[in-house]
Amino acid sequence: MLDHAKEEVPGARYLAPGHNFGSISDKIAGIITGRTPFSWFIGFLIGFSVLQLLLVSITYLLFKGTGIWGLNNPVGWGFAIINFVWWIGIGHAGTLISAILMLFRQHWRTSINRAAEAMTVFAVACAAIFPIFHTGRPWLAAYWLLPYPNTMALWPNFRSPLIWDVFAVSTYATVSIVFWYVGLIPDLATMRDRAKSPIAQRLYGLFALGWRGSALHWQRYETASLMLAGLSTPLVLSVHTVVSFDFAVSVIPGWHATIFPPYFVAGAIYAGFAMVLTLMIPMRAIYGLHDFITERHIDNMAKVTLATGLIVFYGYCMEAFFGWYSANQFEQFMITNRMNGPYAGYYWALIFCNGVVPQLLWSKKIRTSVLPLFGVCMAVNVGMWLERFVIVVTSLHRDYLPSSWGMYYPTVWDWSTFIGTMGLFLTLFYLFIRVLPMISIFEVRTLTPAAHAKGDGHHG
Amino acid sequence: MSQIFPRSANAIVRFSLVGVLLFGGLVASIIGMSMRSDYVTGANSNVDQPVQFSHLHHAGGMGIDCRYCHTSVEQAASANIPPTKTCMNCHSQIWAQSPYLEPVRASWKTGESLVWTRVHDLPDFVYFNHSIHVKKGMGCETCHGRIDKMPGIQQKSSLQMEWCLDCHRNPEKFVRPREAVFTMGYEPEGDQLEVGRKLVQEYKIQSLTTCSTCHR
Repeated sequence: MLDHAKEEVPGARYLAPGHNFGSISDKIAGIITGRTPFSWFIGFLIGFSVLQLLLVSITYLLFKGTGIWGLNNPVGWGFAIINFVWWIGIGHAGTLISAILMLFRQHWRTSINRAAEAMTVFAVACAAIFPIFHTGRPWLAAYWLLPYPNTMALWPNFRSPLIWDVFAVSTYATVSIVFWYVGLIPDLATMRDRAKSPIAQRLYGLFALGWRGSALHWQRYETASLMLAGLSTPLVLSVHTVVSFDFAVSVIPGWHATIFPPYFVAGAIYAGFAMVLTLMIPMRAIYGLHDFITERHIDNMAKVTLATGLIVFYGYCMEAFFGWYSANQFEQFMITNRMNGPYAGYYWALIFCNGVVPQLLWSKKIRTSVLPLFGVCMAVNVGMWLERFVIVVTSLHRDYLPSSWGMYYPTVWDWSTFIGTMGLFLTLFYLFIRVLPMISIFEVRTLTPAAHAKGDGHHG
Repeated sequence: MSQIFPRSANAIVRFSLVGVLLFGGLVASIIGMSMRSDYVTGANSNVDQPVQFSHLHHAGGMGIDCRYCHTSVEQAASANIPPTKTCMNCHSQIWAQSPYLEPVRASWKTGESLVWTRVHDLPDFVYFNHSIHVKKGMGCETCHGRIDKMPGIQQKSSLQMEWCLDCHRNPEKFVRPREAVFTMGYEPEGDQLEVGRKLVQEYKIQSLTTCSTCHR
């Protein structure tokens, strides 16, 4: 996975041979300036239709209140938190690719970071819908969630991990958007120069902030992106750590565990890489991006998926171990109930999707053939959702008091809201593909021999 | 290729960046200030009453004690609005024919109570008890202002929660000796905080700020 110093052009093996600056720009920018493939319209239409489902669900929710969801006592946290954690987790791969891999100078990030960061931003947008609408009155959410000098002289409860979540996620959203945007500026300038219609020229030009590609611009750009990478790196770890605190700080059996933060972070990166692959594999095929997203990229991403998947699986084993080793009857009951109780099917499906299926990735053949890999990634996407379902529901539905045990049944509106956010995600992603370069043009250029004419070997 | 943007674009963008921050700050301050304005809290404006009753005259000029009319202020949650009979104690003799007092006499004859307009209207989700505040040395004046100088009655405090908490968090800032509770224009002997801290100890005043103190 590491580049070797001996390589003549750093990262050259992550670009198909024969490319120069012009051919890269033509290919990537051409996707936007050229004809839109028919499949784009089909995909966008599907995403946009599913988005309408979200709008209907939310409108009905606002009329009726959160009673339309399957939340009850004892399961006061249901789909809203499950889907929130699922979406937030997916976003993490984008940040990891753009920040941590940048600091480690991993050249294979250059052709996947743009789309992965877009995925992050859109996933955070989808995630944010759930807690905000879970408040029941989203127009008051800012008034409840954010600290500001109000006439009640009251602040949110700073001892609650839920308020830490507000800060963690809003910081994450802000930094992700800024990082993504700053990385877009040179490419926006390219698009400005290539755009034909005056409106497109002006729009790209406005957001390109007068980028002319002078040495000073580049120097500032490099500094800014390095600083943003430094800011984002702790966020990769902190955001999902704080999300895990929502659970770990409570005293519910199965939640109150020290393993939660690392286990959640690994799960987030795992889910995120699976989602990046889920998006990249079709994108690469439809737009013929095999030159930029090479077999090596796919292979590397699959390796990260496997590695983080193993950490997550270790987490499952440890949960079972803690349940036994704690010698605490509630913990023991929780884990037995998880494995044999009414939700056992979900648990074993989760173990199958997240524990068994990813083992296929040990084989290089699977890692580099897109169809089986796509299948594994879909299993991981499902498995990570099941993981959150199992954590949230099995711990709550039977806790300390048998008299208050119950079951959780998601309603039609739970499902429609969840599926609806997928529509939102798809719509945003299709729009992104249509109007912005889905691969960073200027960063891929650095992989060409021409970018290293003087052989300095230390280019971003 | 011709330039897309005129030269002035740079200046406009820079100005907008600063402008957005300033505008945001402006909007936030306007909201913050208007939420505390008298317009929202209803403070400092005269309230029309069925009878032109003057506290300036009765409490200030005549020196009648608050408790002559507000009889239950030391024993109950409500300070009590006096019955018409309390007015008639004097006004059956003094100003007995005054046209200003016609509604009072009418009420006296028919037995129908005067319908006063509430001035200090706390929200229904708040529990407030006058007697404990009086008992712990909170002066009438602290919340109600210089009643003895009001010809028409006014609400003097915002009655917002931050106003309640200002005292509940630091009672020593406002507490006074029990014997001065009904005094108007009280001045502490020495530094209020010093006197206050002593009184807080002596009266065993707790700084009650849990939600259920007021929201029961």
